[in-house]
Amino acid sequence: MTKLKLDDLKKIRDRVHNETMLREGGATAKVTVHMGTCGIASGARQVMEALMEELTLAGRRDVTVTTSGCIGLCSEEPLVTVEILGQEAIRYHFMDKNKMRQVFRRHVLEGEIQTDFALGKGTEHKE
Amino acid sequence: MIRFRSHLLICGGTGCHSSGANEVKKALEAEIRKAGLAEEVRVVETGCNGYCAAGPVMVVYPEGIFYQKLTVADMPQLVGEHLLKGRPVERLFYREPAKKEGIPGMLDIPFFANQQLIALRNKGLIDAEAIDEYIARDGYQAAGKALLEMTPAQIVDEMKKSGLRGRGGGGFPTGVKWSFCAATPGDVKYVLCNADEGDPGAFMDRSILEADPHSVLEGMIIAARAIGAHQGYIYCRAEYPLAVRRLNIAIDQARVYGLLGDDILGSGFGFNVEVYQGAGAFVCGEETALMRSIEGQRGMPRPRPPFPAVAGLWGKPTVLNNVETFANVSPIILKGGDWYASIGTETSKGTKVFALTGAVHNIGLVEVPMGTPIRDIIYTIGGGIPNKKKFKAVQLGGPSGGCIPEEYLDTPCDYEAIIKAGAIMGSGGMIVMDETTCMVDMARFFMDFVQDESCGKCTPCREGTRRMLQILEKICHGHGVPEDLTLLEELAGMIRESALCGLGQTGPNPVLSTLRYFRNEYEAHIIEKRCPAKRCAELVKFVVNLEKCTKCGQCFRACPVGAVSWEKKQPARIDRAKCIKCLTCISTCKFDAID
Ligand SMILES: Cc1cc2nc3c(=O)[nH]c(=O)nc-3n(C[C@H](O)[C@H](O)[C@H](O)COP(=O)(O)O)c2cc1C
Repeated sequence: MTKLKLDDLKKIRDRVHNETMLREGGATAKVTVHMGTCGIASGARQVMEALMEELTLAGRRDVTVTTSGCIGLCSEEPLVTVEILGQEAIRYHFMDKNKMRQVFRRHVLEGEIQTDFALGKGTEHKE
Repeated sequence: MIRFRSHLLICGGTGCHSSGANEVKKALEAEIRKAGLAEEVRVVETGCNGYCAAGPVMVVYPEGIFYQKLTVADMPQLVGEHLLKGRPVERLFYREPAKKEGIPGMLDIPFFANQQLIALRNKGLIDAEAIDEYIARDGYQAAGKALLEMTPAQIVDEMKKSGLRGRGGGGFPTGVKWSFCAATPGDVKYVLCNADEGDPGAFMDRSILEADPHSVLEGMIIAARAIGAHQGYIYCRAEYPLAVRRLNIAIDQARVYGLLGDDILGSGFGFNVEVYQGAGAFVCGEETALMRSIEGQRGMPRPRPPFPAVAGLWGKPTVLNNVETFANVSPIILKGGDWYASIGTETSKGTKVFALTGAVHNIGLVEVPMGTPIRDIIYTIGGGIPNKKKFKAVQLGGPSGGCIPEEYLDTPCDYEAIIKAGAIMGSGGMIVMDETTCMVDMARFFMDFVQDESCGKCTPCREGTRRMLQILEKICHGHGVPEDLTLLEELAGMIRESALCGLGQTGPNPVLSTLRYFRNEYEAHIIEKRCPAKRCAELVKFVVNLEKCTKCGQCFRACPVGAVSWEKKQPARIDRAKCIKCLTCISTCKFDAID
């Protein structure tokens, strides 16, 4: 890898923007498991394992799974964010393996938001 | 011995029994035998699972699938599909009871709506282990600007304009600190990041490092450019393994991209960072002790001056800033000091991150504009006090800080206003306490912490804090005398004036602030030999108040040593010969009926 110049930063930004924003790059859904210490302590690893198993079972290549840090609401961990192309993100709280399986099968695969487990929709980042 | 490939844990609690678990279990076992699986799967009856309303319930391992509302009629399908063919029967899966209301927008949730994110701008949005995702959120743009378009003096000016003050507790203006170090001549200088975070109850810095390590690295690069340093260290406690790991990953990725190392972004400027793990002594968060520790010596403070900006790490000019301070730098460089200074109050600019914890609904991390009343943080964002308890006080600044009682809850987040109210902004620990907290016991806890963490170098801190602790223990045990309060105040004054470093100088603060606002509690302990919050076991009588007792028997069930006797429709009685004064009955009783 050669060293970056300022232009390269902009190129990376644009490329990743597209990927993470689900606009292009082929992904239609992204699932983020929030894995700070608080999340891990309350079971985020198990949630992630269940998610990976489900993903393998489903064999879907257009679903990306990623991790991120704490969103601040440590008392409601494990938290998971599901983003489907063209729809508002949904944040789920107090997740466990079973809820994760259900969210994956019903929301990610079939588009049916699992209202019972949801904390909120959209994002808290005002921009 | 047979090794089973699957375990079926069927609930045998009373609830599930009455909803037919027994019959279901028999039918299940019969189906298993019929399918010839008796040697492969094992049915186990367990204690109550807790989801009685959905019973009979069963969990199937290794998959961990939770079935609910099982009937005898479901068993052939369950065995045939799940156990034989490995296809879990979805229609029997557990579902949480449906909520009637729709899903609120994140910004309709008060916890999020009232925050403003600068230091935490990337929280929950990016993968902390993927530098590209940081770059996608304008990461390293500020470093590019600082290195390619600005002079060191311009960087310092922008920081001064922003009004950013150190978030590690001292609140010293960051731009001014950088300007001192920039003005000190020398070819070897250092930039240090303080990630020691020793305050009990604080987790702001850990969270930033775990969620967004590059924001700290970028702030350090900009600081290095401003003062002319080429080497930096992040002093992070070893008890933060995830933070250390993510920092090291971030550093490696930044090196590969040439964002650390020589000639960053083709600017000709070079800077490197290493993580140094501390062993977790509180005093090592103090700047001179921290530098000793990095030098490989025992972490003990030394008198200042000389200040680190003149003679710091290995005697070289050094800038030390806190994690959160560095996380604020990139947005300031990108959007300008004026933008940052437009947020907040006259003397306190920008936002502050707090670790909200204790007796509050939403325990977590919040970032609010300076000037936000503390009441809003606890009630609007924090959701108030759980279990219908009354608010008593909030402790800010940990062992160096003080508490703020109800009367001063409208104090805004502002360095000076909080000092006026008898506490300090501190690094952001915010511990909420309800009426069940004894303020004398709380002061004793922090004094115990301080005397434990005292490095022992100077006499006032080593001996003084121990003496103060002994007096507080005496009061908590019911042996206090009225003169103790004056003695505490006198000692506090002396330690404040004469201790070598901030640890001792601020150590008496929790005692002084509780004496200021809760003197009556001290007096109750000393004069009436009574602990109003019923936390100091020696001062609790452990006698059931017959007027208040509702005969519910909760204390009887909770007592771990069988010291409480109770029968239906009879008040409880405590056998004081058996009682070990563990206070379990007191915390269990909802009616305040044990004196
Ligand atoms: C006993 C003691 C412990 C400290 N612990 C920390 C700490 O854990 N983290 C921190 O950033 N600053 C801590 N400080 C403050 C540092 O000495 C220093 O002021 C600060 O790191 C400077 O950075 P800032 O200007 O960005 O706040 C502590 C100070 C004392 C006296």
